Order: sequence, then C-alpha cells, then structure tokens
Amino acid sequence: MPVIDLATTPLRELNRSLHNIQQGSNDLSYEVANPRGSHAVAVGIDGPVVVDVNGSVGYYCAGMNDGGTVTVHGSAGPGVAENMMSGKVVVEGDASQYAGATGRGGLLVIKGNAASRCGISMKGIDIVVHGNIGHMSAFMGQSGHLVVLGDAGDALGDSLYEAKLFIRGTVKSLGADCIEKEMRPEHLQKLAELLEKADVKNVRPEEFKRYGSARKLYNFNIDNADAY
Amino acid sequence: MCGIVGLFLKDSRLEPQLGQLLSDMLITMTDRGPDSAGLAIYGSATEGKAKVTIQSAKPEIDFADLERDLAEAGLPARVAVKSTHAVVAVAAARLADVRAVLAAIRPDVRIMGAGDSVEIYKEVGLPKDVVARFDVRSMSGSHGIGHTRMATESAVTTLGAHPFSTGSDQCLVHNGSLSNHNNLRRELIREGISFETQNDTEVAAAYLTAEMAKGKDLGQALTGALDDLDGFFTFVVGTKSGFGVVRDPIACKPAVMAETDRYVAFGSEYRALVNLPDIESARIWEPEPATVYFWDHQKAA
Repeated sequence: MPVIDLATTPLRELNRSLHNIQQGSNDLSYEVANPRGSHAVAVGIDGPVVVDVNGSVGYYCAGMNDGGTVTVHGSAGPGVAENMMSGKVVVEGDASQYAGATGRGGLLVIKGNAASRCGISMKGIDIVVHGNIGHMSAFMGQSGHLVVLGDAGDALGDSLYEAKLFIRGTVKSLGADCIEKEMRPEHLQKLAELLEKADVKNVRPEEFKRYGSARKLYNFNIDNADAY
Repeated sequence: MCGIVGLFLKDSRLEPQLGQLLSDMLITMTDRGPDSAGLAIYGSATEGKAKVTIQSAKPEIDFADLERDLAEAGLPARVAVKSTHAVVAVAAARLADVRAVLAAIRPDVRIMGAGDSVEIYKEVGLPKDVVARFDVRSMSGSHGIGHTRMATESAVTTLGAHPFSTGSDQCLVHNGSLSNHNNLRRELIREGISFETQNDTEVAAAYLTAEMAKGKDLGQALTGALDDLDGFFTFVVGTKSGFGVVRDPIACKPAVMAETDRYVAFGSEYRALVNLPDIESARIWEPEPATVYFWDHQKAA
C-alpha cells in the first residue's frame, strides 16, 4: 500500500497519483501521512480508490469525489467532500462549515460535529452526522438526505427544495419554508438503511423527526406582489 | 481573505517562546493575505512605566535624536528603535503627554499603540519579512495576536495594516469586510474621533474605543458590535491581560481554536496551529457565531 507523506511529498504529487490509477491496478489503497491541515487533500478522485488520511485536513478535502472511499482520521476544514458525485467520505473528528456542499451523490459521514451550512445546496448526497450541525444547514437543499443524531442550529433547511432532513435532537429554529413532516414507513426504511451504512449503532429510526419543504416558495404568491 | 492568529500562554515557561511561536503561526497564514502583516506582543510590564509604539515613514530622520528631543521637550523617555517603528518608554504618569509632545516635535510620526505592556508592529510585505524586520522571534511575552492582510476595503499601506489600537493595551485584528463602515465613520467623526485611513477595521477599532469611552467594558463593546457592525468579521482583540474572539452571526470567516493546559490558540485555519507544543492532544473547536469569548490572565489567576 503506497504511503504518501505530505511532510516530504508535494500535495499535487499525491493528487496526481490518485488521478492516474490504471484500470485493473491492484494498488488501490493509499495512506496519507502528515496532512497538517493541508488544503485539497485527495480531491478529484474518479475511481474506486481507498484513501486513509492520518491527521486533520484543511479546506476541500475529498472534493468532487467520484467513487473513492476517503477516511479522515482527524478533523476536516471547510468544504469537506464538496460536490461529491459518488463514493464515501468519512470524517472521524469534526467538520468545519459547508461540509458536503452541493454534493450530487455518495455518502458523507461525520462522526463528530459539523459546523454551519452543512449540506448547503445538496443535490443528491446523503450526509450522516453523529454529533450536532450548525446554523443554515441544508440551505436550498434540492435532493438527498441529511441525518443528524444530535441537534441542529438556527435556520435549518431555509428555502429547502426536496432534500429530506432527519434530526434526532432539537432544532434551534427552522428556516423559511422548512416544516416538520410526517415520518412514513418509507422514510423509516430509508433512515434505517442510511444509519446502517454510516455505522450508527443502537439508534432507532423512530427516534428522529423528519423535516422538509412546505413548498410555499416554489411559486410566486400574488398576495406578495406589494413587496416588489 | 486575511489570516489571523492569536496565542495566550497559561504556562509562563512558554513566555520566552511567544515571539517564535506566533511568528511561525503567522507565516503559515501567508497565502491568506500577502499584502501586509502585523503583530501585537504583550510583554512584561515594568512597574511605573508605560510605552508607546510609534511608526515613521522616515525613521532615519524622525528617530534620530528623538530621546534628546523628547527630554528637551520636558518628557524624559527611553527610545528603542526597531526598523520603521520605535518603542518610547516613559513614566506611566506621563503617558498622556506623549501624543501631544510627539505631535509638536515629530508631526509625521504615527502612534501604533500604547499601554503598560503592548508593542504593535506592522508593515507592508510578507509575514516572514515583517517578522524579520522587527525581530519578533526574539520577543517574549504572555500573549499576542497577529494578522496578515489581503486588502479589500482600502489601500495597501502601513497604516491600513492590522492590528489597530482600540485603547490603552488594547488592539484589534479583523478577517472580513464591513459594509457600513462609511456611515459609522461619519457618525464617529461627529463624536470627535479622527481617522487616519479609509480602512473598515480602523472604524471597528474606533467604534470599540468610543463605546468603551461611554463606560462599556470590552466584552459589552464587542456584544454591541454584533448589532452595530454590518458585514463579515472574525475579530481577535488583545487586552493587557488576555484576548477575546468574536465572529459575526453568519460566521463565514473561518476560525479554529485549540486549548491545552499550557495555552489557548486561535488560527484562521488549523494549519496555523500545527507547530504548537502538544497540539495532537489539544482540545480543538470552532468558535460559535455571535458569541464573545475571552481568556484572561487576571481572571484565571
């Protein structure tokens, strides 16, 4: 298994080698040592490569991931797994703001807390946070699922489209057009599936509440014409 | 962007390393803002003495014979020149006279900060060059803050660099941009405050100074800033005995904190903190939006 030490190897060399894996290669597991808060670690992976990052990373780790499995054995800076297409990204510690922003697919698991704007503009990604999330999370979320075992901060799901939000703890406040919704059997089933995928044990889907869009911002309301 | 750092030592055995540690933290943040850089270092205070950090565009002229000229003007002082800056040490009782005497005998000199323990150094250029110019690595102290600037709101000049003094032994560094600084500046000018630059952070510093002049303490002034300042900010403020952190309610400017038994550290990014002792076992977290944090030697003791 190749070990890339970022104390001695330039970041671009790491990312280039992750991008140049030949089809049929057996060297599909990489270990990254000494990330020390570096930006853009393991971005742009486009194959089934497995990367273990031993330490904390800075901005945009595993951004645009398409099919890789990236585990950060530490905490992640802003924009972890931003615009993920497919695959899996696991953060063992905490994640800073806009984790999983604009993600179109794949699974992001944050074992600690996530800061503000988690899942902002999510478009199909599934995000499971073992701890709490900060304010303005899932802002304008279009599709995908955000599962939070802890609490959510202010303005959850503001201007939400069709992303589904499952919160186990308290919600400090809901954003515009976000409401609590009925938890139907299909939601419980999906939630059970996501919890299992995210390695969550001893937590039942029935413990969560579901939040979604009231769909009142979808169309212009003529009663508001005076405001323009 | 801008990068900011702060280090507050709980363990006095680390004090001789303050300049060294803070320099490395600031240099790591260079690519967040390469326009100019500055630091405030809180060294040990001398009983009965106060100091004023001054800056000149023509140090070879302004600082020549300054000690003698101050004495002739009736203000005995010690002057330690460091490149474009000089630290003028006077009897604490004479601190209030320094500004007027300097205005008379050295009208082009600017006052960077004053107090019992603070020294403020800032210049245009990369953090590594600014640190070297003022020999920051050799400085000891109990706490300090630093800033590396990517200018957005005003020109790249020495006076537009951070930290900005907000009062005796107090200063401010800022990551972000204020959108109501022109209005607020006009209001503060009407209250009698004068400004050196078109810089937004200078307005924030003057706002805090004005609020404290009305009787608020720093914590109350910072809480007021959350209502009265519009725009993006992560502020780190230095005080004689500690430092504080506050982020605007949206909190899009980054901030990471680390705490161990020996220190509390602030960085715009985790990268700034990785060389600190025992960082692997530190408690690391992101400060909450719209929340005023303080660490204080006097309250800790």
